[in-house]
Parts: sequence; structure tokens; C-alpha cells
Amino acid sequence: MKKLINAVENVVKEQLEGMALAHPELTVAFEPTFIRRADAPVAGKVALISGGGSGHEPMHGGFVGKGMLDGACPGEVFTSPTPDQMYACAKAVDGGAGVLFIVKNYTGDVMNFEAAAELVAADGIKVQNILIDDDVAVKDSLYTAGRRGVGTTVLAEKIVGAAAEAGYDLDACAALCRKVNQYGRSFGVALTSCTVPAAGKPTFDLGEGEVEMGIGIHGEPGTHRMPIGPVDALTAYAAGQIIDDPAYTRTVREWDGSGWAENTLTDAPFAKGDNVIAFVNSMGGTPLSELYAVYRKLDAVCKEKGLTIVRNLIGPYITSLEMQGFSITLLKADDEILKYWDAPVKTPGLVR
Amino acid sequence: MPLSKAQLLAWLGKLDAVYAAKKEYLTDLDAAIGDADHGINMNRGFGKVMEKLPPVADKDIGTILKTVGMTLMSSVGGASGPLYGTFWMKPGMLLGGKEELDAADFARFVEAGVDGILQRGRPERGDKTMYDVWAPVLEVVKARAAAGDDVAAIVDAALPVGEKALADTIPLQARKGRASYLGERSVGHQDPGATSSYYMLETLRDVLHA
Ligand SMILES: Nc1ncnc2c1ncn2[C@@H]1O[C@H](COP(=O)(O)OP(=O)(O)OP(=O)(O)O)[C@@H](O)[C@H]1O
Ligand SMILES: [Mg+2]
Repeated sequence: MKKLINAVENVVKEQLEGMALAHPELTVAFEPTFIRRADAPVAGKVALISGGGSGHEPMHGGFVGKGMLDGACPGEVFTSPTPDQMYACAKAVDGGAGVLFIVKNYTGDVMNFEAAAELVAADGIKVQNILIDDDVAVKDSLYTAGRRGVGTTVLAEKIVGAAAEAGYDLDACAALCRKVNQYGRSFGVALTSCTVPAAGKPTFDLGEGEVEMGIGIHGEPGTHRMPIGPVDALTAYAAGQIIDDPAYTRTVREWDGSGWAENTLTDAPFAKGDNVIAFVNSMGGTPLSELYAVYRKLDAVCKEKGLTIVRNLIGPYITSLEMQGFSITLLKADDEILKYWDAPVKTPGLVR
Repeated sequence: MPLSKAQLLAWLGKLDAVYAAKKEYLTDLDAAIGDADHGINMNRGFGKVMEKLPPVADKDIGTILKTVGMTLMSSVGGASGPLYGTFWMKPGMLLGGKEELDAADFARFVEAGVDGILQRGRPERGDKTMYDVWAPVLEVVKARAAAGDDVAAIVDAALPVGEKALADTIPLQARKGRASYLGERSVGHQDPGATSSYYMLETLRDVLHA
């Protein structure tokens, strides 16, 4: 393992300390660990909190700032954070309008955020939680924990963050976040594994000439392996999985103010004539230049399928440590989504 | 004989030692079908429990159990953190003021704990989780308590049932948690959470017979 680290057990802490030094507009708290806007709580504004395992930088800590998140709760590398972090963060950033948890659908994240929501609600703070589950590589929710939360998370944090800044109340923020999740779909491809510092060896073995299709952001297994092909073929496959994905139905648990409500949601497939935001993401080790090669083919596939790319985001935003690979996210864009996509944002990881 | 507070504390202390000794083994089980952190998570959690226990060791059993639950909740992480957190916390809320647990109290302990796992994780039997051990164990515990057994006899009766339930997780295909993404590749491996749950039972048996 070749990594820029000191002691393995201090990796996350030292990286956060560096981030705090580099960004005085952020405040980093330890024990429990969370990152917040230094100017939080913003009175009267709904506060957005997300979190999850570390190793996906700039997500989530790098998206804390005006127009995006108010707080982020990082766990150890690829391990979910604990409820005391979200609880302390919520207390620190609530500006009286309540707190929205944006939670990626992983069992550990979901349960820790659910426990946190109960603690926050018990303190009389309004709270809602919305799951992001957009990874089309997971086909069913009957025999699995359901689709994982991947690229759409970044877009949701940007869009809902702008809406909160514009004065949306908690219900409206939650509704918009739910819609963004339902309009977004993603698919990832790995060219190499990554190495979790504490493990010291690659998460999985991938042959020199092989790629893993449908990879998750923690090295979860994909749908299948195949010999590496030209970028056009890999891109066409990933885009096809997203665009041709049929309607997806699952039941999610959402906090309804006093308890947990089970809501069954169905995401409609993409349709000819849809406008989309196209997000081409690096898993960490793939250079921007190669992402543009992906985007070139993605644009062609979208045109062929009758989708119009109206905005794009290209770069490493939701990564898997040093993994080589990419993911594509397509988000159906209506006027509301575009309005808040275009709104200003100023965070370490995304500025516009 | 009821379960005394001294035995409860001995149980927790011994669990800390067990999870330290089984750290690698549990992590290896999790490496096969998860993300290779379960042993690390449990070891970290019970290490923290040992730090937090001394100031509450002479309080009532409810307070001790709540402290264990809160500590696990905020230090284990992953899926098992909230699951074991509620497993210890919920009985703690029921058993306030108790200085010892008789058979009926012990049955309420296990029932409330398993109920916590159910509420948090919504597992079903056969999903290949820790619930696959706790569900049949709870049935025995309730039946033996109703039949008038004392705590030691209840645990003696529950242990082989838990042991069999643990082995029975091997052929199952996971339908919950990280392991579910493996589909059929999860078959043939013992569930790590079910294993750490079995250790709770086994360690209690050892303490009751010490
Ligand atoms: N929904 C569930 N209900 C009950 N038990 C579950 C559920 N999901 C997972 N488990 C149990 O949790 C164990 C895994 O715990 P572990 O601490 O390794 O969490 P994890 O899934 O790896 O979380 P993370 O990826 O966030 O670290 C499994 O072996 C299983 O027994
Ligand atoms: Mg694990």
C-alpha cells in the first residue's frame, strides 16, 4: 500500500484537520466528528445534513457551504457515521426551520441516521430524512437492501441546498429531494480496486485486462466482469443501463414528524424528449481527460435515445479513494430542478 | 437463581475480552460477505463500554443497560452499531430500578432487545442476519421462563438452539445488509452478526456457570 498517510488510525482525523486549516469558512468538530458552515445556524433556513463513510471526497464535507450543505458527518473510511455525530451536528446547525437528512441507501447509514432522527426529534427539532437510492446496477429491492445511493447524491445536495437557501420550508425541501432522487439514475464502472488504509490491501482483485461493471462506491461487487473495451463501448453500456432502466418501485421509511412512515415510491423510466443533467464522475483515479472521452460518447447516446443534455457536471465529486473508473448519472431536469441547479454555490468542492 | 448485577458486569467484561479475541475471526467472516469490519467494530464498541461502565457500575441495572446501549450506538458504527445499541438500550428502559433480574425479567430483557433489532433493521427470519439467532433463542427463553426455569437453566436451554441457528445461517442467501448485494455468492458463509450475537449468549452461559 502506497498512501500519503501517517498512522492508519488517524487518517480521517488528520485529513479533517487539514481541511479545517484550509477552509476557515468551515468549522470541524471532534468527538463527535462533524463539519459545519462556520456561519451556521443560519436563522430561518432549513439546515441540510448529510454524511457517510469517508473516502468519497469531496463528498460530503467538501459540499458544506453556502448553497449546499450546512453540515456533514464523516465516518471512518467506508464506515457509516454514528447517531451522536448527526445529533450534535443537527443541534449545531438548526436555524429553527428544521433539519433535512440526506441519506445514501446503505444499511449502516440508514440505521444510524434513523436513530439520529429519533434523537433530534425527541429534542423538539423538526427533522426529515430522504434516502438516495439511484444505482441501477441493483435490480431489485425484494432480495437485497435496495439500490445504493451514488451519484444523484451530489446533484441532490446542490439542488436542495439552493432551494433551502432560497427559503423553501422543510416539507418543500424534502419533497424536492425526493423528486431529485426519483428523477436520477446512475451506473458505475471500475477499472481497478481501491485500498482502504485500515485494510492495507486492495478491496477486490481485478485482472489487468478486466473491468467490473455496476460497481458501488465502496467496491461492492457489480453485476459482472468483462474484458476492458474501448471507452465508447463502456460508456454506451453504462448509459444504456441507465436510460433503458424500467420503472423502479420500493418502500422507503421516512420520519413523518412523530414516527416512521412506510412510503412506496415508483420512479418512472426516462422518456424521449426528456431534458437531463448529465454527471460524469471519476472514482478518484481516472483523469479528467478520460472523463471528457466518456462525455463525448454519452452525448451521442443521449441524442440517439432522444434525451437532451441541458447541463453537465464533469469531474471527481463522489469518489472511491484512488479507484480508477467512472460513473454516469442522468437526472431528468424540470424547471424547478434547473432553477436551483443554476443557483450560486460556494463550497470547497463545488463553486459556481 | 436470578442474574445478579455482579454477573451482568462480569458478562460485559468477558464480552469485551471475547470480542478482542475474536476480532480477526469476525472480521474474516465479514470479509467473505461484507466489508471486513465487523470484528473491528465490535472490539471498538466493547472497549468503549469498558471505559463508560465504571461510573455507573453501582447504579441500577436499567441504567447500566442504557449506558451499554448508548455507548455501542455511538462507537460501533456500521449496521451492527444501531442494532446492538437498541438491543441493550430497550431493555434498559424497561428494567429501571432493578438490582437483579429474575427469570421473568430476563425474558423481558431478551424480548425487548430482540424487539429493538426488529424495529431498527426490520429483518425477517431467513434473511441471514443476527435475527436468525435471536428469533429462536427468544422463543426458548420465553417458554422456559414460563415453565418456571431459573436464568441459568434458561440460558442452558437457549444455547444449543442458538448454536444450531448460527450454523443454519451458512446455507442462506442474504437479503438484508451489505451481504445482500452478493446474491447467491453469500451462500456458504456464516453471518458475522449472527456469530457475534451467539457469543453474547455463550459468554453469558460461561458467566452463569463460573
Ligand atoms: N437489516 C438488518 N437487520 C438485522 N441485522 C442486520 C441487518 N443488516 C445487517 N445486519 C447484521 O449486521 C451484520 C453486519 O454488521 P457490520 O457492523 O459489519 O455492518 P456493515 O453492514 O458492514 O455496515 P457498514 O458498511 O456501514 O460498515 C450482518 O452480519 C448482519 O447480521
Ligand atoms: Mg461490515
